[in-house]
Amino acid sequence: MSTPSKSVQSTPLNPRRRGIIIGASDGIGAALAHKLAKEGYTLALVARRKDRLNTLCAEINSAEKEARAFPYMHDVANYHEAPDLLRKIVADIGGLDLLVFVAGVNFPPGLTNYNFEGDRKMIEVNLIGAMAWLSPVAEMFQNAKAGQIVGISSVAGDRGRIGNPGYNTSKAGLATYLEALRNRLTRHGVNVLTVKPGFVKTEMLKAAQGGTPFAITPEQAAEDIYKAMCKRKQVIYTAPIWRWIMLIIQHVPSLIFRRMSF
Amino acid sequence: MQKNFTQLENFGHSMSAPSYLIKPTTIDEINEAFALAKKSELTVTARGAGRSYNDAALVGGGIVLDMRGMSAITEWDSATGLLTAQPGTTLEQVWQKVLPDGWWPPVVSGTMTTTLGGCLAANIHGKNNFKMGPIGEHVVEFTAILPTGAEITCSPKKNGDLFYAMISGLGMLGVFTSITMQMKRVESGLLEVHAWPAHDLHEHLSLLLDNAPDYNYIVGWLDSTHGGKSLGRGQIHAANYLHGNEDPNPQETLKVSNQILPPHIFGVFPKSILYLFMIPFVNNLGWPLVNTAKYVASLPRHTFRQSHAAFHFLLDYVPNWELSYGRSGLIQYQSFLPKETAEDAWREMLTMSLKRGIPSYLGVTKRHRPDNFLLTHAVDGFSLALDFKVTDRNRAKLGAMLQEFDKIVLQAGGRFYFAKNSETTAETARQFYGEETIAKFKKLKKRCDPKGLLESDLYRRIFE
Repeated sequence: MSTPSKSVQSTPLNPRRRGIIIGASDGIGAALAHKLAKEGYTLALVARRKDRLNTLCAEINSAEKEARAFPYMHDVANYHEAPDLLRKIVADIGGLDLLVFVAGVNFPPGLTNYNFEGDRKMIEVNLIGAMAWLSPVAEMFQNAKAGQIVGISSVAGDRGRIGNPGYNTSKAGLATYLEALRNRLTRHGVNVLTVKPGFVKTEMLKAAQGGTPFAITPEQAAEDIYKAMCKRKQVIYTAPIWRWIMLIIQHVPSLIFRRMSF
Repeated sequence: MQKNFTQLENFGHSMSAPSYLIKPTTIDEINEAFALAKKSELTVTARGAGRSYNDAALVGGGIVLDMRGMSAITEWDSATGLLTAQPGTTLEQVWQKVLPDGWWPPVVSGTMTTTLGGCLAANIHGKNNFKMGPIGEHVVEFTAILPTGAEITCSPKKNGDLFYAMISGLGMLGVFTSITMQMKRVESGLLEVHAWPAHDLHEHLSLLLDNAPDYNYIVGWLDSTHGGKSLGRGQIHAANYLHGNEDPNPQETLKVSNQILPPHIFGVFPKSILYLFMIPFVNNLGWPLVNTAKYVASLPRHTFRQSHAAFHFLLDYVPNWELSYGRSGLIQYQSFLPKETAEDAWREMLTMSLKRGIPSYLGVTKRHRPDNFLLTHAVDGFSLALDFKVTDRNRAKLGAMLQEFDKIVLQAGGRFYFAKNSETTAETARQFYGEETIAKFKKLKKRCDPKGLLESDLYRRIFE
């Protein structure tokens, strides 16, 4: 690992915001890492895959001509590691203004099959893994009376559908958890942003069954997320059209929804 | 031992950093904090009152020791003027203890809320630096605990290398646990203060230079919002202790109650909210007017008597004045220049700031002399402290200008002071301290703190 003490010290006239991205090695996480580094953030990039992480950090640091991204290997399913790693990262990068949780897995069981192992893994990573990080960070931000949390949920959490009950549940759980944190933390000056992407052209998309309308690139998603962060929004859909699509889907009566193959 | 995760700020509200805050009350608890730091791979910084304008008492993500939990005056001998106190003791506690017995702290800062530990770590100076040197010269002995767990006693004779390095050492070698200082005898609670106008920079510096030998204290206010022929104009205040026979009632003036700054101005207006009324003026339009009014009022030469506290603790006169600088706070840029090069360098800097539309709102000048401490900031010359308001719009411009200021100061053989400057780079620090001094300091650091447990954001910025 490169030595994070080489990151640029923040001064009043050259302030540096510091962030952690959990699940940074590809997709939305990697795109957001590029975007935030370009906007001046010092970043701790957390993911399982060491070589991808190192490549990403090298790319960012050479593009910005400055050490702005630092790799940390971690599997979010190892919950017990989170508090110590969080403490280490905050000390290494000299503070914390932002936590982004992007890590997620998707194991679609197929329309008529059931797969508890896959469901369990999705809950472990997408939901409990998120809680393992969000809860100590929430406590830290609450005490500091400042900070921003971004959680990547999904349109898939807006309704339980026939295709992937476990994934729907993990993302609905995460959205609810983020909403609860928002209600706790807004009064302490902390912003919590829930991001609900539709289809994004990442590795996970390959697992999606059927068509993938309105699919956007991870870079477009990162732009949307950054804009929402600056405006300190609460919930966004990316692409934005999903807000209206999901509004309709959420209001489809169960009588009909039960009979749909969607 | 309670540990809280807290966002801490500096004096100017221009920086903040989250840290685990621990308030030790005993030496054992400092040791426990070191052990905790080692165990959790964190670094530690001792913090006094948090009155540095920079990152000296901050360590983002690390452990901050709030030393105000150790703030007892343990010994006071009114016959010899020797005072022994814990490091969290404030200058306010000290002067209130010693003045009724006819003593005064030999060196004080512009605010009395600073702690002795903080004062020693920065090796502060006062308006009498040209005569009395920095506060370190009046320390008879101190004890400290090193991150290795060793407790040491230092005086100029005993562990002299550490004595001259820990004082001025920015808290990076050890944590002070007890400080013994020699107070200065005073016969009256009043000072006789003389005020003269200075019409330009040349006259300003000449007045400081020529008058310093005749006075105990000298300080200048510099109107940094006006250029041209009157660049550097301002007012000089010089003060002398009153002798007993000059004060008709020294018993009375030495009383603490006759020193204390009044909580109201004009007898009725509460000073606690005064800063709110300053806010509309703290900008490029309003402040030159305020300065002009102040300058015009300062034109007649006059002499008056003032209490020690009122003369010294100007920063305490308007509580929370620093909040009037707005959301992004203020920074202070102080440079120390040899008397031969000061005028040209400051002329260039002040002209540059006016030309670029980022004037400083407050300039303060002082007269200095060199000292023997390792990380000394003093020179045989003058200092100029400039306050700048930080805004989102001026940040980048001001940052670039201060880097140019640094070059001018380095070229003129100047130095910087780390209770103040927040933008100095490691390269600039290396140049003015010199390789040899830094090597010496790092060697001591290795000896006292081999694991590098003591680390502030300031240390990360200028030494790593």
